[in-house]
Order: sequence, then structure tokens, then C-alpha cells
Amino acid sequence: MDKWFMAVVVGPDRPGIVAKVTSALFNGGCNLGEASMTRLGGNFTMMLMVQHDGREKGLRDLLAPVVASLALHLHIDSIKAELHHHIEPDVRITLFGEDRSGIVAHATATLAEAGLHILSLESDVAGSKNRPIYVLHIEGAALEGVPSLESALSIIASEGIETQLTPVDTVMG
Amino acid sequence: MALLEILQYPDKRLKQSCDEVVLFDEALRTFLADLEETMRAGPGGVGIAAPQVGRLEQIALVDVSAKKKIKHHGRIVLINPEIIEWQGSVVGREGCLSLPDFTGNVIRAETITLEAQDEFGERQRYKMEGYEARAVQHELDHLKGMLFLDRLVSRRSDLFKRKVYK
Ligand SMILES: [Zn+2]
Repeated sequence: MDKWFMAVVVGPDRPGIVAKVTSALFNGGCNLGEASMTRLGGNFTMMLMVQHDGREKGLRDLLAPVVASLALHLHIDSIKAELHHHIEPDVRITLFGEDRSGIVAHATATLAEAGLHILSLESDVAGSKNRPIYVLHIEGAALEGVPSLESALSIIASEGIETQLTPVDTVMG
Repeated sequence: MALLEILQYPDKRLKQSCDEVVLFDEALRTFLADLEETMRAGPGGVGIAAPQVGRLEQIALVDVSAKKKIKHHGRIVLINPEIIEWQGSVVGREGCLSLPDFTGNVIRAETITLEAQDEFGERQRYKMEGYEARAVQHELDHLKGMLFLDRLVSRRSDLFKRKVYK
């Protein structure tokens, strides 16, 4: 009864995809868990936890008509689901600057070394075609403390990238 | 003293507006002591409001003094509270004793001035900022039947700070 799958759906974006995909799952007797959907460079992208009592093949068949009609790509993995065990972020980090190759790899490697466990990451290419600006927004857990991340960020800043770290101090009330 | 049961969303009582307190008696102070014990029993609780334990009256408690390096007023009793001045706005993270395993980002005023009565009915005025001001705004929402879920903003929104706080 506790079989979970991760469904990854990608394709050309248009209005109504989430509704069509989730309706197909609902009508097929599935439950939904946590999900994340973002439009990336004009593409629809979604990752969706699906509880389904049958096999992977059955889940794929449920989605087949929607996938075909909307020209989507579907990828399904069996997963171990950990609901009700969120890790709380304790820092929010924003990096931005002129877009250049390797910016994400370099920044995240420096932060990982300083003990950052990334819990969510979003990035955008903003600005204009001639002057693209890269914006990276991260929430994470500072496994080696905030000062360690601050010194990592000062290295990144010295290379011409704007950095901002805000401690996440959750009010519980 | 006694530990009170904390109501969990979607209990309907959490979405109701609370009545004004008119009687400042010994029974009220006993309730406050229980409320405080309940707040301190929860992990990391820095505030609690009476409707969270099923009492639909305008009573809340806040104590953020356990946090390091912030300005605060210690333990404050907020009865019939009213915010009379807001300034600035800032995104911060909140969680609720009435909603386990979920936290989210909420925009709050950075500085507030509020008036409230204490456990003896005396009118007090506080000016506060930052973490303490956020905790107070969270609790005062409870008295109006509002949860932080009603005010959630997306993770990205702190990139585009809003100027007006409503
Ligand atoms: Zn609350």
C-alpha cells in the first residue's frame, strides 16, 4: 500500500498540463505526494511523488494518453518516500552576476566544501540577450555553521559575483 | 499548572476571530500559566495564542529571549492587543505549533508598535523589531483566525522586496 514513484514530466509548455496529468493520476486511483513544477526556458518541467499500488508499467499506461496528446516525456522511478520528515533550512543564499560559464559549478562546489547541504535551488537567466545575468537562489542547511559559509561566499564575491546570505531563523508559534 | 492540548489545523476553531477579554481575574492568570507551560513544552516554541488551545479569546504569549543576539522584551502577555504602527517589510520563515512538519516564508513588518493589556488589565505599549516583531505578528494573526499559511510567499520573493505591508 505504500508504494511510491517519482514521475518526471518534461515537454513544451502550455496552459493546463498540471491539471491534465494530475487528473489522469487521480482517475487511475493514485495519490499525490510532494511536487515541484517550474517552467525552465519555455519548457514545462515537473517532478511528482505518486502513490500507486500497481507496477511501474501500470502507472505509465495511466499517463500514456496525456503524454501522447501533449507531446511530453515521462520518466518514472520507484522511490522510498519520506513524508513528514522535512529538513529545515537555516540559510538562504542569493548569488547574481554577469552570466559566465562554470558559475554554478564553481559556486556550489565552494559552498559544498564549506558545509552547505542544498535543500532547494532555483536559477534564472535574466537581463537581455547581449548582457545575460545569472541569478541563483538557494535554501540550505549549514552543516558546518553559518560563518563557514560566509567565508566561502567572500571568496565567491572576490571573483565578481554578488552574494547575499540571510540566516533563516524560523519563528515557531 | 497543566499542559493544554494544542489544536491542529484543520480544526475550525483556528480559523475563527477571537473575543475581547473583559475580566482580568485569577482564573485568567491560571490559564496564562497553563498556556505558558504549553508553549515551552513544544520544541522551539516562542509564542502561543489562546485559540491554539481552543479558547477563543484575544490572549497571546510571546517570549523570544532564548534566541541569542536579538533585542527582546522577555516574556510578554498580550491581551486585547492592537498593532498601531508598522514599518518596513521583510521575508522570514515561520512554522506553527498547530501545523507540524511545514514551514514557509512570510512577509511581515520589520518594526511594529503595539498596545496590549497585561494579565492585570494594565495597558502596555511595546515597540519591537525583527524576530520578536515577527513572533508577535504571527500570534496576533491567530487571534483573527489567520494562519501563516494565509500569507505564504514563494521562496523567490525575497529577491523583490515589497514596499507596502498590509
Ligand atoms: Zn502559530
